[in-house]
Amino acid sequence: MTATATRPAPPRAPRAKRRGASRQKREMWLLMLPAMVPVLLFSVGPLLYGIGLAFTDARNTRVHETSFVGLENFTRMLSDEQFWASFQIGAIWSISVTVLQFLAALGLALLLNMNLRFRSVARVLAVVPWAMPPVVIGLMWKLVYHPDAGILNDLLGTDINWLADFSLALPAIIVVGVWTGMPQTTVVLLAGLQNVPKELYEAGEVDGAGRWRRFWNITLPQLRPVIVAITSLDFVWNFNQFGLVYVLTQGGPGGRTRLPMLFAYEEAFRYRAAGYASMLGLAMAIVVLAVLGLYLWRQMREAK
Amino acid sequence: MRRVPLYAALLAYVVFLAFPLLWLLSTALKTPQEMALTSPTWIPGEPTLANFTDAFGEQDLVGAALRSLVVALASSLLTVLISLPAAYSMARYRSLVSRIAIGWVLVSQVFPFILIIIPLFLIMRDLELVNTLPGLVAVHVTFTLPFALWMLQGYVRAVPRELEEAASVDGASRLRAIVSVVAPLLAPGVVATLLFAFISSWNEFMFALVFLQDPDVMTLPLTLVRFTGPEGVARLGPLAAASLMATIPSLIFFAIIQRRLKSGLMAGAVKG
Repeated sequence: MTATATRPAPPRAPRAKRRGASRQKREMWLLMLPAMVPVLLFSVGPLLYGIGLAFTDARNTRVHETSFVGLENFTRMLSDEQFWASFQIGAIWSISVTVLQFLAALGLALLLNMNLRFRSVARVLAVVPWAMPPVVIGLMWKLVYHPDAGILNDLLGTDINWLADFSLALPAIIVVGVWTGMPQTTVVLLAGLQNVPKELYEAGEVDGAGRWRRFWNITLPQLRPVIVAITSLDFVWNFNQFGLVYVLTQGGPGGRTRLPMLFAYEEAFRYRAAGYASMLGLAMAIVVLAVLGLYLWRQMREAK
Repeated sequence: MRRVPLYAALLAYVVFLAFPLLWLLSTALKTPQEMALTSPTWIPGEPTLANFTDAFGEQDLVGAALRSLVVALASSLLTVLISLPAAYSMARYRSLVSRIAIGWVLVSQVFPFILIIIPLFLIMRDLELVNTLPGLVAVHVTFTLPFALWMLQGYVRAVPRELEEAASVDGASRLRAIVSVVAPLLAPGVVATLLFAFISSWNEFMFALVFLQDPDVMTLPLTLVRFTGPEGVARLGPLAAASLMATIPSLIFFAIIQRRLKSGLMAGAVKG
């Protein structure tokens, strides 16, 4: 594996290189063009436009004269109780789902990495949620949580409307979030586990380290880069989650599961406040970048 | 004996992962009478496929599935068609542009969609593309493009440059070398990328929700969400059946790439 990756490119004659350079450049642009047009038109452009919209009073209606309002949306956001509630729910949701996903996936990956019987069953099952459309996952769990026809009340002998209960709705969707995101994390961690050199464990065993010590002193440090990468990605995905929660609760009951994405969506497409919703989007981007930056910076400092 | 707790843990995972799936299956096989029972049963008393035929009988669902199919086919073909040349150039020429392209792939994963979807909606409305399938295809292409580029340039990199050079030493033109040497080696990667783009589009919900407001043009995920309506429990059976059928394309995709998942692809992607 390493032999193929690290071989340097063959040296070329400098004369040929210079003559071919401008032709090569033209060729490169020509090849990139078909992909660049849609990305610039439908992605980079709108992104910049969206950042600009955050500082206007734009409305999502045909007859409206948009004007620049400076930081008005920002001050409105800071005094908006719904904004604080929504971002708080977003924080609880994304942190707890990411942490639980990681712990559950690490446990499963460790089990799958051992020589247990029936692990192939678990292996296949562990990938299935990944293969399902988010909307179907949402509908499926709605059937599980259904107050009358659902299985959960029957199993627990309770009579609860899980997704409509003020204090239980958020934990209920967190369980679904963990179920949905566990497979990717498990597959990635399992791949990481399989790359830990066997010699390290053998050396540990010679030194008399028990199972727990080997896990703590060999497995975890070796997995560290993989763990940092996948938990960062999971956090971003969870914070930006929309479809799953939209299907399950639409942000209800009483806004108890209204993640920032759902809040911004409602502002933009129900109340047609495009400018304000863009400011919410900008705030989300800043939160994600700040948390990610802080986390990666700390991890890098500790690794040194 | 020491392994008993391990097996217990494994069993717990299997139960947690499997029980919602089994419940979905069980619901899909039940008669409306059984659905209405006060105490739900795990195993349907009289298993029936009526829910599946009912789902096929729903005009809305069949139409939506066909539209989803058209959108997913169009957007996956377009995605691969326009990202293939770019991926080739990213893999073969090291330049500022390809570095910016890679940077964009990463940025596009972090930014909340809402920041793009609002201005995009305004643009699409001015272009009269809201409530049209071509509009949705354009959006799906744009948003699967970064990851498709990423996948494809990895596959191009895996084809040794020496092979291309050897072909041109043998007198083949540049294009000829690409068509007859690179293309066959690239085919599995192209198929994987096509499937990825197809599934992304087939499963996509948020853009469809924003851009398709007219029930006559809605794709399958949207129609499924709107399906139960006020009738409640009686429609849960067909809903479960339709949900199961909507999962089939993704299951086929994962069955195909299963082997890669276990070995190379993920390990290489993470090992950076």
